[in-house]
Amino acid sequence: MDSEKEQTQHLKLYSYWRSSCSFRVRIALNLKGLNYEYIAVNIMKGEQFHPEFVKLNPISYVPVLVDGDCVLADSFAIIMYLEEKYPQCPLLPGDLQKRAINYQAANIVCSSIQPLQNIGVLKFIEEKVSPDDKIPWVKYHIEKGFTALEKLLKDSAGRYATGDEVSVADLFIAPQVHSAITRFEVDMSQFPLLSRLYEEYKELPAFQDAMPEKQPDYKSP
Amino acid sequence: ESEKAQTQHLKLYSYWRSSCSFRVRIALNLKRLKYEYVAVNIVKGEQFHPEFVKLNPISYVPVLVDGDLVLADSFAIIMYLEEKYPQCPLLRGDIRKRAINYQAANIVCSNIQPLQNIGVLKFVEEKISPEDKLTWAKYHIEKGFTALEKLLKDHAGRYATGDEVSLADLFIAPQAYAAITKFEVDMTQFPLLSRLYEAYMELPAFQDAMPEKQPDYKSP
Repeated sequence: MDSEKEQTQHLKLYSYWRSSCSFRVRIALNLKGLNYEYIAVNIMKGEQFHPEFVKLNPISYVPVLVDGDCVLADSFAIIMYLEEKYPQCPLLPGDLQKRAINYQAANIVCSSIQPLQNIGVLKFIEEKVSPDDKIPWVKYHIEKGFTALEKLLKDSAGRYATGDEVSVADLFIAPQVHSAITRFEVDMSQFPLLSRLYEEYKELPAFQDAMPEKQPDYKSP
Repeated sequence: ESEKAQTQHLKLYSYWRSSCSFRVRIALNLKRLKYEYVAVNIVKGEQFHPEFVKLNPISYVPVLVDGDLVLADSFAIIMYLEEKYPQCPLLRGDIRKRAINYQAANIVCSNIQPLQNIGVLKFVEEKISPEDKLTWAKYHIEKGFTALEKLLKDHAGRYATGDEVSLADLFIAPQAYAAITKFEVDMTQFPLLSRLYEAYMELPAFQDAMPEKQPDYKSP
């Protein structure tokens, strides 16, 4: 049983309800039992470009974590930081090869899928190509990445992506599957392993509480 | 630091011009790890051949084979090398220093490079215009580089986060190289990155990893 590292500092998370990158970090914070202040950044209204936010993250993306005097952006960096600083509910397995699979799976999502579907890229396609090209573009990249994940995790998945405990890979997969289903009309029946994992995620309070619809800044369509 | 004996035969599937492969080549050189270079010509589509797809289902280079482990994605490979071969550590110092390294690395590998890879550039060229390719790539590079300049301002020493080479440098060097040689980025806007780049060029581990030094290099 890992000792629960006392939360002596006030954690702040700059987040947008629908941001899948923010969703990843919300899951991590919940799993580790860390309380935090939720600060909404409305990226649809361009609040990420306000000078005070740019000071926190010069590339103007959410999420940003503030932990005392440490200001950190990028969901992967934040999750690794939380993992190192707050060891309760460890998110990386001990075995080196399993850890490597986690990094690879996480990066399939955060380098090969999500950057191609963020707000700036979609706006570009809408304006320079056509609004109708947006969904096919995103679906193509999601399906390419999901096909890879199905193959990558085939031999390592247990109840969760790389075994019977939740790990880093799950934190990246869950929000990506959520957006694939709710925003981009991806037919998940092509991806039986990811579909099964998603059903497992939905059972966990840490994931439920991190869902976009549960956030203070959620806006129903 | 103790040098972990290289008991297995390492293979790296790489393309000379791939900046993701370049990152891993630097890491292998820094850790003094010998490897067999297996060229994958991504311009000719060799990444879609069934044998390669078996190694990496998303069809990207680089791929590392270490004994019976097959691993893709440059970030995952570098973390694996860091954990398995501790000589010349790439992540040292306190937790905040490591966090800055992860953030800088991800600015490159999530915010810049995926938007300038071969598939995305092809899309822009075909659906919009060939001229837009360069504009698009420059936009994302300059956005990321502006962020890196600010992020590293208070942390840089001789290298990105201090006076020793670290994870961030492995990501910055190939991106700066691509910015200069492929995408006509005016690096005078980025004095810190320009200075770092000059420092990288002094290091054999970086020099030997350069695209022009690879077995499959093709001069234009």
